[in-house]
Amino acid sequence: MTTFLSLTFRFFTSVGEYVNLISEALVASIKKPPSWTLVKEQLYNIGVMSLPVVAITGFTTGFVLAAQSFYQLNEKGLASVTGVLVAKSMITELGPVLTAFMVTGRVGSAMCAELGSMKVTEQIDALRSMAINPNSYLVAPRFLSGIFMVPLLTIFSMAMGVFGGYLISCHYFGMSSSAYFDPMPIHITLFDLFTGVVKSTTFGIILVTICCYKGMRTKGGAAGVGKATTNSVVISYVLILIWDFLLTIALNTIHRELTIDRLTK
Amino acid sequence: MIHIKDLKKKYDGNEVLKGLNLSVETGETVAILGRSGVGKSVLLRLIIGIEKPDSGFVEVDGVKISDLQKSELYAAVKHMGMLFQGAALFDSMTIEDNIAFYLKQHGNPETKKPYKPSEIKDLVAEALKKVGLENVEKKMPSDLSGGMRKRAGLARLIVYRPKILLYDEPTTGLDPITAQQINELIVQIQNELENTTSIVVTHDVHSALYISDRLALHSGGLIAYVAKPDDFFEIDDPTISFLKDHLSHHPRADKS
Repeated sequence: MTTFLSLTFRFFTSVGEYVNLISEALVASIKKPPSWTLVKEQLYNIGVMSLPVVAITGFTTGFVLAAQSFYQLNEKGLASVTGVLVAKSMITELGPVLTAFMVTGRVGSAMCAELGSMKVTEQIDALRSMAINPNSYLVAPRFLSGIFMVPLLTIFSMAMGVFGGYLISCHYFGMSSSAYFDPMPIHITLFDLFTGVVKSTTFGIILVTICCYKGMRTKGGAAGVGKATTNSVVISYVLILIWDFLLTIALNTIHRELTIDRLTK
Repeated sequence: MIHIKDLKKKYDGNEVLKGLNLSVETGETVAILGRSGVGKSVLLRLIIGIEKPDSGFVEVDGVKISDLQKSELYAAVKHMGMLFQGAALFDSMTIEDNIAFYLKQHGNPETKKPYKPSEIKDLVAEALKKVGLENVEKKMPSDLSGGMRKRAGLARLIVYRPKILLYDEPTTGLDPITAQQINELIVQIQNELENTTSIVVTHDVHSALYISDRLALHSGGLIAYVAKPDDFFEIDDPTISFLKDHLSHHPRADKS
């Protein structure tokens, strides 16, 4: 019973600290935006340095998606839907989720390890002792860069996925380009793009804040840094998947309500 | 002046500070002696506001540091500085950038304007010269030895001339010669920076005697005794008698 109470207490304390970190980073970003040099460095780290891995992930996912879809749909005489299926999946689901996963693995883990090692070697305390708020100096630039870069990387990943699908469908299975691309403007709506961008923006917030939070709360030397880094990646993945589900339900419900509303008027 | 009253701090049920009281006058250097793990570093962290006490307060020049909100706290500790046990240099920056960090972040307190790059360069060079480090500006902290890192940490501290200096185990882990160099630097800095108040936390009795105006014995979560170095060993207490027995000679004599 005592253990349960203590675990519950620790959970709510952690949630409180996490919310506090987000709000401080948000307030710091708005009230006293971090210097351009710091933001630029993070934009480069998160954005430019992640381009290759995001490109490969998007591209190969498009490949696999097109191949699997073509085999399944062709049997039912629906091969022409392959392009739409690839594009819709990449835009609304796979692009945002896989990009967020890749950025978490490549950038989030490094972010957590860097902040964690700064924490255990008292560098974060040194910032405080020099009257610098670590949330403004360390978290805010990463937060802003994450919000900005993860959606851009996701759009890039979507495009790579659709392109990968095109290469497989048209150059391997022999579909025509028009059969692949023409149905897209009809079936891919602005709402799909909106869904993808909203998801990726919120995924960016989740991954950056979780990784920063775990880094800033690291304890216990080098072993603690390793543990915090693993935890940050696992927690980010789980939260991204849960949030993805909730957002899918919420956005589609709202969209359906608005569409029905418009039609009935 | 630093005034500490009834300071209490607990970690996971373990009460480290149990109502600690201490006053340090402006311009004074107080060394706090105590065994490892008694909470000496915690005391420094509470003074500079990195942590908050469970109860009691720390008052610096009339401002209750422990009661301040974050935004007020950062403004209040701008004139304070701390040398951390492992120097805590930013390992992603060169030594030059480490030392220039405070200057770049806060600008010139007199003109309220940012420093010019040439001014920063001069101030960094001056601070490095003061601590006896030269031609290390472009090196990374990982390229320096422990003693050099401590001296670079000192340079980072004195470059902005804080009014209150806190030293956390400045000589720990150093060979006797380097430790003595650090002791001499602390005394030199204290003499050069006018009206600077220093608190040095250490378990090195030689160092404490060499640098301090007064010694405080931290034991059992409290300051057990405070006395001038010459009077300190006259106190009738088994811990102090133990320390006295282990001192081969009075290092304060070296100072003169």
